[in-house]
Order: sequence, then C-alpha cells, then structure tokens
Amino acid sequence: MKDFIDPILVVVLLLNFVALGASRLRTLIQAVAVQGILLGFMIVMAHGSFMIWVALMAGATVALKGVVIPRMLFHAVREVVIRREVEPIVGFVASLFLGAVGTALALLFSKTLPIAHDHMSSLVVPASLSTVLTGFLILTTRSKAITQVVGYLILENGVFIFGLLLMEAIPFLVELGVLLDLFVAIFVMGIIIHKISREFSSVSTNMLSELKE
Amino acid sequence: MVFWLIFVPLIIAVAALVVPSNRWRPWLIPLAGVVHLGMTGWVLSCGHPVAGLQGWLALDPLGKLVLGLISVIFTICGFYAPAYLDLRPERQNRFFCACLLGMLGMMTLVVLSHHLGLMWVAIEATTLCTAPLLFFNHSARSLEATWKYLLIGSVGIALALLGSFFLAYSSLHAGLVPTLLLDDLVKIAPQLSRPWLHAAFVLLLVGYGTKMGLAPMHTWKPDAYGEAPGLVGALLAGGVTSCAFLSILRFYQICLAAPEAAFAREILVFIGLFSMAVAAVFMVRQRDFKRMLAYSSVEHMGILVLGIGLGGLAAFGALLHMITNGVTKGVLFLSAGNIHRAYGSKLTDDVRGAMRRLPVSGVTFLAGFLIVTGSPPGGPFISEFTILTGAINGGHYAVAAMYLAVLAIVFIGMGTTVLRVVQGVPSPQAASTAYRDRPQLVIPILIFLGLSILLGLYIPNSLTTALHDAVAYLEVKP
Repeated sequence: MKDFIDPILVVVLLLNFVALGASRLRTLIQAVAVQGILLGFMIVMAHGSFMIWVALMAGATVALKGVVIPRMLFHAVREVVIRREVEPIVGFVASLFLGAVGTALALLFSKTLPIAHDHMSSLVVPASLSTVLTGFLILTTRSKAITQVVGYLILENGVFIFGLLLMEAIPFLVELGVLLDLFVAIFVMGIIIHKISREFSSVSTNMLSELKE
Repeated sequence: MVFWLIFVPLIIAVAALVVPSNRWRPWLIPLAGVVHLGMTGWVLSCGHPVAGLQGWLALDPLGKLVLGLISVIFTICGFYAPAYLDLRPERQNRFFCACLLGMLGMMTLVVLSHHLGLMWVAIEATTLCTAPLLFFNHSARSLEATWKYLLIGSVGIALALLGSFFLAYSSLHAGLVPTLLLDDLVKIAPQLSRPWLHAAFVLLLVGYGTKMGLAPMHTWKPDAYGEAPGLVGALLAGGVTSCAFLSILRFYQICLAAPEAAFAREILVFIGLFSMAVAAVFMVRQRDFKRMLAYSSVEHMGILVLGIGLGGLAAFGALLHMITNGVTKGVLFLSAGNIHRAYGSKLTDDVRGAMRRLPVSGVTFLAGFLIVTGSPPGGPFISEFTILTGAINGGHYAVAAMYLAVLAIVFIGMGTTVLRVVQGVPSPQAASTAYRDRPQLVIPILIFLGLSILLGLYIPNSLTTALHDAVAYLEVKP
C-alpha cells in the first residue's frame, strides 16, 4: 500500500501548481478539495493495516476537507462574490515561478534534515514543506478573502501531510480536535466573509486597510 | 477536580446560550469567575497533585502561576462585564457571554494540558472564541480587526502544529516511540535528533509567538486591541498572551533538557529585545491610546521572553513580570475603555482632560501608565528591576543597556500620549455623551490597581515559593 503514497504526493504537488495558476475561484476550490480527498486516502495507506479508528480518521478528513469545507466555500462564492476571478496581487506566471522555487527549496531543505526510516516515502517531507509554502504564497498574494481562506487550507494540508509520518504518535482524539478546530475556523471565517461583503459590497481585503500606522 | 476546572466554564457558557434575558445573562460571567477562582484556590492550596487522563492533564508549578493569574483576571473583569454590557442594551450579548466563558474554559485547558497536541487544539480554540468578541461593535473597523486576528492567528498556529510534528518526529528519528507527551519528551530530550529539534523550536516560537504578539508577528495586535472592548483587551493582554507564553515555555523546557540551552536562549534574547524595540518605535507619537496599549503589550511580551532567555534570576523576574504585567494591563485596558466610551473617540486629538471629566478612570489610567512603565511602587518595577539585576549578574551588559534604553524611550513615548489624554480641559465633544464614571465600572479597576501596587510593596511568601518552584521546574538540569 505504501508504494502508492509517492505517486499521490506527486499529484498533490501538481495540485499546488494548479492552485497557483488558477484564475477562477471554482478551479482553486476544486484543487484544494481534491487535495483533501487524497489526504484521506494517504492516511489509510500510511497506516497499512485497516483499523476502525484509521477508517474514522480518513473518513473525517475526506468528509471535511474534501466535501464540507469546499461546499461551504462554493456557497460563499455563490452568495457573496460579485466577480469570480481570483484577482492576484502577483501575476499567475510569477506565482507559478515562485511556487517552483519554493518546491525546489523544500527539496533542498529536507535534504539537510535527516529522514528517519526507510519504510516511508522520502517524498513526504519535501511535499509537506512545499505545500505549506504554496499555501503561504496564495495567502499573501491574493487579495480576496476567500482566496486567503483557501491559502490557509492548503497550508493546513501541508501540515497534515507531515502528520502522515506520525500516525502512531498523534492520538485519534487530538487529530479529531485539530480537524474540528479547522472546521470551526473556516466556519467563522465564512461568517466574517459574509459580513465583509455586506459592509463593503466586495470581498477584497484591499478594503481592509483602514487600521494601520 | 481537573475536569471541573475546564468544564464548569463551558457548562455556564452553554447556560449563557440558553438564558433568554439580555439583562441578566451577563451575571453568569462573574458567577463563572467566582466558581473558577474558588476551585483554583482550592487546587492551589490543597497541595496534592492534580492530574488526569494518564498524564495528558496535569498542574505543574508553571501551570499553577498561570492558572492563578487567569482566574484572578477573569473574575475581576467578570464583575466589570455586567455594567459594561448594561451600557449597550441595544446589542445582543448572547454570543459575547458564551464566547467569554468558552475562552476561560479553553485557557484553563491550555494551562493543564501536558499533551502538546491537546495544548495546540486548546490554543486554537481560544483564538476561535475571541474572534466574535472582537467583532462585538459590528463596525467596519472591528470587522477588519477580527479578520486579521483570525487569519494571522490561525496561520501562526498552523506553523506551531508543524513545529509540534517536527518535535514528535525528532523522537521517532532517534529510534524512540514517537510521543507528544511533555513529561516523556523532557525525559528523552537528550536523545532527540538535533536538526529536527532546532527546526521545531523555531517554528513553535514563530507560531505561538504570533499568538503571544512578539515582533515581527505582532501585526494583528494593535488592530485587535484597538477595536476590542476594553474588557476583552484586558483578558487578551493578561490571559491569552500568558497562555501562549506558557506554551513557548513548554518547548523551551524541552530544549533546556536536550541540552540545547545556548541555542534557545540566544533566539529568545534576540526576539525579546527586537519586540521591545519595535514596540518603542511605534509607541512614540502614537495618537490612538488603545493602539498604544497594544504596543505596550508587545513590549512586555518582549520583556517576558528576554527574561526567560537570560535565565536564572531574570527568569524569576520574567515569571513575576507575567503576573504584575497581567494585573496592570487590567487597570489600563478597563480605564481606556471607560475613557473611550465617555469621549466616543480614542484619538488624542479629541480626548483631553480625562481627569476632570472622569475623576476615577482618568486617574487610574495615569496611575496604570506610571506603574506599567516601571515606576515604584508598582509591581512591574520589582519584576523589571529583577530582570535587569539578572542581566547584569549574568554579565550581559550590552543587553542590560539596550533594555534600559528601550524602557526609557517607552516611558517618554507612552507618557506623551497618556498626559495628552488625562490633562487639560475636556473638549466640547466630550459633553455630548452621557457616560459618567459609576461604581460598578471603576471598582474592578481599583481592585486591579490595588493588586498591582500590593505586588510592588509586598510579595507574599507563598507566591515567592511558587515562583521559585516554577523556575526550578522550568530550568531542568539535564
């Protein structure tokens, strides 16, 4: 089963680039949803044996990251967004280039960190770091509130990928807690996006610039 | 008992969601505070160890200090809450009360958790509970502050989760059973993989440092504290930041046990001085007095990590400073809230003569400023002086000099703003609001003020012992 993890991680990395190059909000949200579903599959594969709590964990991940949260985001797009383009501060080509540089850096950096065991794919650490960087990039270079939420989700996906190495160390209860926190965070962000759109009749965070020195 | 400490506030939070009366609901907040304080007092005085869930929850000497602090601050702020919410009868306060109580439960969970994953969940939960509190005024500006707080806080905390994973991986790499239990990690610390431990500490400092408001991750703080009701500001600056500080101490303790003391100390001293300096720059000529308080909080968070980084006597001073600063921030934020309400503005251009207009809140604001900048006989004077002595005894003369220079700049910068607010003749605009000082809104401030002066004049033996225990517990000998 573990042999499948590497190809899936490659797909996850490609999805990062899809997200970076996406000019439409729908594509961006779809990319992050597919990433969430792949994460759920990888949880089962990383564990090897099939136990009830692994199934629960994987199911919860797929349900939340692959279905519930993307649906919430689609709903927000339908309800509040006036224009459906992504509106980047840094252009798409430049974003893709930065994403490539980030991935290369992640590969280099993970070379300096010793990898413990041979039974796990060596791609996990660079894939995780590269996904975190991609999330950060989307978070900082896209001006819409919804795209910032998607950036945060991609960043969280990166952290979750690293968690695959530690399936035994992180108890079920804590993982559920992390997922619950993530869900509530996105939910609260959704409410705020709604309020932003009512207040400014736009969801661009460029409007949120009154508080500064 | 350990479960009741966490669950009683949460149960009362659910009650707050159910109670229909907007007028009587806020009284649940002081009720929860008193019950929590009573249980905390009992737990702290009874002496026998408090633990639960097979080592996941435990009250250690460091936790005792923070638990006592948040319980006292919450209770005093709790008595301010009903009178404050009474001034805003037009606002539905159901979620405000429930989130405030949920925040108390989650802060308690942070203090008690000895499982680093559980602690992460609890810290993120405090972020989520406080976000609706910041939005209480429902204005465009508070919306902006809430968005920044939620997004910057969540991203920072996500990095802290990655750091926690790195730490667990460092034990896996050493061929040990991976764990996130604090007590186990301290025990096996010498065998942990060094590169992973270093990377973990940096990520955790950035992550939880965002929550604590250390520069350069402090950018949410002026916005959030500037727009939040004074009551929420006091709880954030005294309670939530202390919890984030505690979580940084947890990882610092693992680094000390590793033993990687030199690595961790250097980073802490640097980031401490940097935070102080950044705060000082923004405090000079600051026109908004609530934002000024936020920068003061950044400065004091810098002092805390600086003291811990210096170690020994300075670490003792830093832990004392956590308490004295938390209590004094109560004075400042609640007074500032009252002044804001009376003038309908928080800019020094509009706010003049607060001492004439509000004889109590104006004077306590001035007194709070003098105490927080380290004037005797306030508590922060003793704690800041202890950190200075620790720096000089340790031979860190350059650090001591910079520390004193920044404190002087802050005193002048903050003094200019505060004096403009309290002195002079009230502007005509001030007469337009009906707000006057009233007992329920000033007695909590006077209690905070009394406590912070008391800590400067006399530190009870039990507190000194608790502080010594905490330093001994933190600075484990490998």
